[in-house]
Amino acid sequence: MRLPLFFQGAFAVTEKNMRIYYTKPPVFIFGLLFPLFLFIAFFMGRGLELSRFYPGFLAMTLFFTASSVGPLITPWEKRDRTYERLLSYPLTVGSIILGDILAGALFGLVISLLIWAASLLIFSLPLGNPFLLSAAFILGTVTFASLGTLLASPASDTPSTVMMLSTLVRLPLIFISGIFIPLSVLGGAALAVSYLSPLTYLVDLFQGAMNGAAVIGPVTDLFALFVCILLFAAGAVYFQRRNLIKGL
Amino acid sequence: MPAIEAHHLTRRFGTITAVDDLTLSVDAREIFGFLGPNGAGKTTTIRLMTGVLTPDEGTVQITGIDLRTDPLRAKRCMGIIPENSAVYGDLSAIQNLVLAGRLYGLSTVDRNRRARSLLADLGLADRADEKVRTFSKGMKQRVSIGCAIIHEPAVLFLDEPTAGLDVQSRRLVTAMILRMHEQGTTVFLTTHNIEEANALCTRIGIINRGVLVATDRPEVLKQTFDTTQSIEISFARQVDPLMFSHPNLLRIEQRGDKFRIVTDNPDQVVKYLASWADREGVRIASLNTLGPSLEEAFLAITGGS
Repeated sequence: MRLPLFFQGAFAVTEKNMRIYYTKPPVFIFGLLFPLFLFIAFFMGRGLELSRFYPGFLAMTLFFTASSVGPLITPWEKRDRTYERLLSYPLTVGSIILGDILAGALFGLVISLLIWAASLLIFSLPLGNPFLLSAAFILGTVTFASLGTLLASPASDTPSTVMMLSTLVRLPLIFISGIFIPLSVLGGAALAVSYLSPLTYLVDLFQGAMNGAAVIGPVTDLFALFVCILLFAAGAVYFQRRNLIKGL
Repeated sequence: MPAIEAHHLTRRFGTITAVDDLTLSVDAREIFGFLGPNGAGKTTTIRLMTGVLTPDEGTVQITGIDLRTDPLRAKRCMGIIPENSAVYGDLSAIQNLVLAGRLYGLSTVDRNRRARSLLADLGLADRADEKVRTFSKGMKQRVSIGCAIIHEPAVLFLDEPTAGLDVQSRRLVTAMILRMHEQGTTVFLTTHNIEEANALCTRIGIINRGVLVATDRPEVLKQTFDTTQSIEISFARQVDPLMFSHPNLLRIEQRGDKFRIVTDNPDQVVKYLASWADREGVRIASLNTLGPSLEEAFLAITGGS
C-alpha cells in the first residue's frame, strides 16, 4: 500500500463530502435539530443541575452530529451512480471510508465545539481538564463518525432507508448511556447494559474532564473509545467491501 | 509493452460466472472495441479492468502495473468514462473537474489550469461555475469526459460513451476520443453501437456469456463471416415484404422506408426484385448492395438472430 497516495485520496474524499453533504437536509435534521429538540424535551424547565447534566448533553450533541454525515454518503452516491466512478479513481474502499469518517468527525467537532464555546459564555461552565476535554472531543467525534460510516454499509441505494435505520440504532443508545440518568446513580443490570454503549464512555469522559467525576475512569474511557473506532472502521470496510456490487 | 493486459480473468456472482477465464491484451495507442449482447459480461469486464471489482481469479496490468498489488498507481494511469455520466450534481462543472484532478494527484495549479482549458475545449466555458444538476445529459457527459482525461491518462476506458446522446454531443465525444488517441492514449471502448465500433476501432473483441469469443481487426472479422451480403431497397410506394419470395432471400428487415434483405446470392435476388417491381408496377426509389457487415459477424459469433 502506498500510504501518501492513500491519504491524498482520503483527504480529497473528505473535501468532496464536506462540499456536498454538509448542507443536505437529513444532516441538518438528524445532526442539529434532533439533539436540540431532545435537549429541550428533557432538560428545559425541570430545574436540573446544569453542571451535572451538561456533559451528557454535550456528548449527545457530539454523538448525533458526528454520526449524521456518514450514513448518508454511500447510499446517496450509489443512488446518483457516482459511487462506481469513485471506486475507479485512485482510491480504495479503505481510503473512501477514511474520507467519510473524517468528514463526519470534522462536522461533529466543529458543531460541538461551537456549542461548548457558546455554553461556556452563557452558563459560565467550568473549563475543566483541557487535555481530557480535547481527547474527548477528538476521540468522540472519530468514534461516532466511524459508527455513522458503519451504518452506511447496508446494501441500500436509498438514503432515507439508511437514515431511518441509523436513527433506530442511535436513538436507543442515548437512553442507556448515562445522559438522562447519571452513571453514578445507575446500578445492577442498568449499569451493565450501559457499558455496552460506546456513548457511555464519552459521557463519562466529559464528566471526568468537566467535573472530575468520572465513574468508569478516563483511561478506561479513552481505551474503550479507541477500541470502538477500530471496530467500527474495520466493520465499515468489511461490510462495504462485501456489499460493494449491490446498488452499483 | 501492452497498455492493458488481462490474464485468465474470472469473476463469479453466486452460481453465475459473469467473466470466464478472459485473456486479453491491448497494445499501446490502440482503439480497442469491446462488443457483446446484453448480459454478456462487458460491464463486469470493464469493472475488473478498472479496479472497481476484484477478480476471483486472474490478473490485470495497466501499462505494466499490477492492478491488484498496486491499485492506486495503476488507477492513476487510466481515465474512466462510465455509461451514466456519474458526475456530482451538487458541484459545479469546474468543481467536478478540479475534484477529479485532485483525486488523480495533480497539483493545485495544474488541476485548475487543466480544468479551465478542458471546459473550454468541451464547449462549457460559460457554464463552468453552474451546478451540474442543471445540465442536459449531453453536457453532463462532457463534464464526465473532462473528469476522465484531466490527468492525460495513458489508458482511457469508455463504457457506452455515446448512448442516448444527441448528434452534437455524440460527435463531440467521438472527436474527443480520436484526439486523445492521436495524442497517444490507448482507448478501450465498450459499445452497443456496432457502426461506431467499426468506424473507430483498430481491433475488436466480442464477448458472449462471459467468454471472449473473437478478437481481431474489424475487416478481418467481417471477412471471416463473409457468408452473406445485403441488399438495401426502397420503393416509391408502400409494399408488403411478405410479397417477396425467393430461395436465396434469407432474411428481410424493415428500416424506415427501406428493406434490408440478407442473401447468399445478391445477383439472383437483385434480378428477382427488379422483375417483381416491373411485374407489380412499383417504381424502385433506390437499390444498393452492401458488403458483409460487422453486425452480421457479431450476430454470427454471438448466435443472435
